Amino acid sequence: MQELNTKIEARGLNFYYGSVQALKNINIHIKERQITALIGPSGCGKSTFLRALNRTNELIPHTRTEGSVMLDGEEIYRPGLDVVGLRQRVGMVFQRPNPFPKSIYENVAFGPKVLGIYSRREIEEKVEKSLKAAALWSEVADRLHTSALNLTLGQQQRLCIARVLAVEPEVILMDEPCSALDPIATLKIEELMQELKKRYTIVIVTHNMQQAARTSDWAGFFLLGELLEYGPTADLFTRPKDKRTENYVTGRYG
Amino acid sequence: MEAKDKIIERILLLIAFSSISILGLIALFIFGEGLPLIWKVGPRAFILGERWVPSQGSFGILPMIVGSFWVTFGAILLGVPLGLACAIFLSEWTPPLIAMVLRPTIQLLAAIPSVIYGFWGLIILVPLVRNYLGGPGLSILSGSVILGFMILPTIISISEDSLRALPPYYKSGALALGATHWQAIWRVMVPAARSGIVASIILGMGRAIGETMAMIMILGNAVKMPTSFLDSARTLTTNIGIEMGYASGDHRQALFATGVILFLIIMILNSSAIALSRRRRS
Repeated sequence: MQELNTKIEARGLNFYYGSVQALKNINIHIKERQITALIGPSGCGKSTFLRALNRTNELIPHTRTEGSVMLDGEEIYRPGLDVVGLRQRVGMVFQRPNPFPKSIYENVAFGPKVLGIYSRREIEEKVEKSLKAAALWSEVADRLHTSALNLTLGQQQRLCIARVLAVEPEVILMDEPCSALDPIATLKIEELMQELKKRYTIVIVTHNMQQAARTSDWAGFFLLGELLEYGPTADLFTRPKDKRTENYVTGRYG
Repeated sequence: MEAKDKIIERILLLIAFSSISILGLIALFIFGEGLPLIWKVGPRAFILGERWVPSQGSFGILPMIVGSFWVTFGAILLGVPLGLACAIFLSEWTPPLIAMVLRPTIQLLAAIPSVIYGFWGLIILVPLVRNYLGGPGLSILSGSVILGFMILPTIISISEDSLRALPPYYKSGALALGATHWQAIWRVMVPAARSGIVASIILGMGRAIGETMAMIMILGNAVKMPTSFLDSARTLTTNIGIEMGYASGDHRQALFATGVILFLIIMILNSSAIALSRRRRS
């Protein structure tokens, strides 16, 4: 197996909601072009950690971050860092599909437009390319200019993925992307993730053990704000080092 | 208990209906008094006629309709950008402490009696316009500026509410895509709140068209077709306000007929505002 590059590294990361500490000394290396799954019971801090990676945590009032997160060796919490540029490099797909109340086309074109691309042809190309990469093109090609809110939830979520892809990020964060979807739509997203892995680093938060086992290369188990165990997915699920991890992945806990 | 509840329900129903029936009575009365004259003069001659000389029996209210639309248009031109900017600032940028001061202050603008606006306009604004821009000063421009301020509370509070009512994931979604805060507001949130914002503008127009006292004091009240923003003008409401005191016979009926036209315009504006806010909810 070839040597894997570290894409994101967190060192001693702490996060507080007011006086409540939600992340406790997180240290992790996330590998490039791999799927990393973050699992754990509700409220364990895994989504908070995900949001720490594109600095959307700080949009929540009365919160505080300590420690370090490096993207390609560059500190993303350094003062003066271009947060907008960071969020373009680290895209995010939310738990609930959240298309804008605009047409399908305008949803995907949003990213390129805020990047300052004005050429209509260039935007059209990006829209088509992104929708194809998100495996949605064939379903919507004939109704690009109808409202995105008329799509099924599964299609909406793939649209949100296409919207992220149009910004051409390096990392895609997914916060329980399938929790609002039915099994068939879930399967489509999972297939899509395998496809996207060839070009992007993916970090996914999931409550679904089978999904983590099926889709990810690396898995981290969070409990009460701590990263208890992290390693290759196969190891974490078959030979967990920590008793609490074993209890959780076998369904006896959480 | 059951019986008591029923009685209270009946009483409340009666009270609710009586307030609606007052609206019905007003409409009935205005239409009853005004419509006969419109038929007598002819709807076309009444609405499109340019001569208003009650003593000679000419009742054309086109100059007033045009005057009303000019001042309203001017007020919207000034009030909408200002109001929308305030609403965006209040909902997105204002620290809570400052918002606690700003919001009631803006509401206070609505509580100032219109005669005070008129007085202020007459003393401060009218001389400014006369000295720096020419014309009589008592003009559509002065009226529009005052009205623009008077409709601010309506536009600000309804636009701000509709911005605040948006699901938070529109904004977070846009920011996560690498949009700046302003891009998230202007490209996602404002378009998403569009129907509420348009409703606020329409309600503001309704308020502007209906304003009487301040306009009597500022517009100059000349009965002629306005040709520029510096011209003096008369609106539908000021026409009624000025002449009702001494009108009788056909003249009096013609003022009621003016009210009929005003009533219709405001009904159209309000029902389109309601229709828009319904569409927003569905």
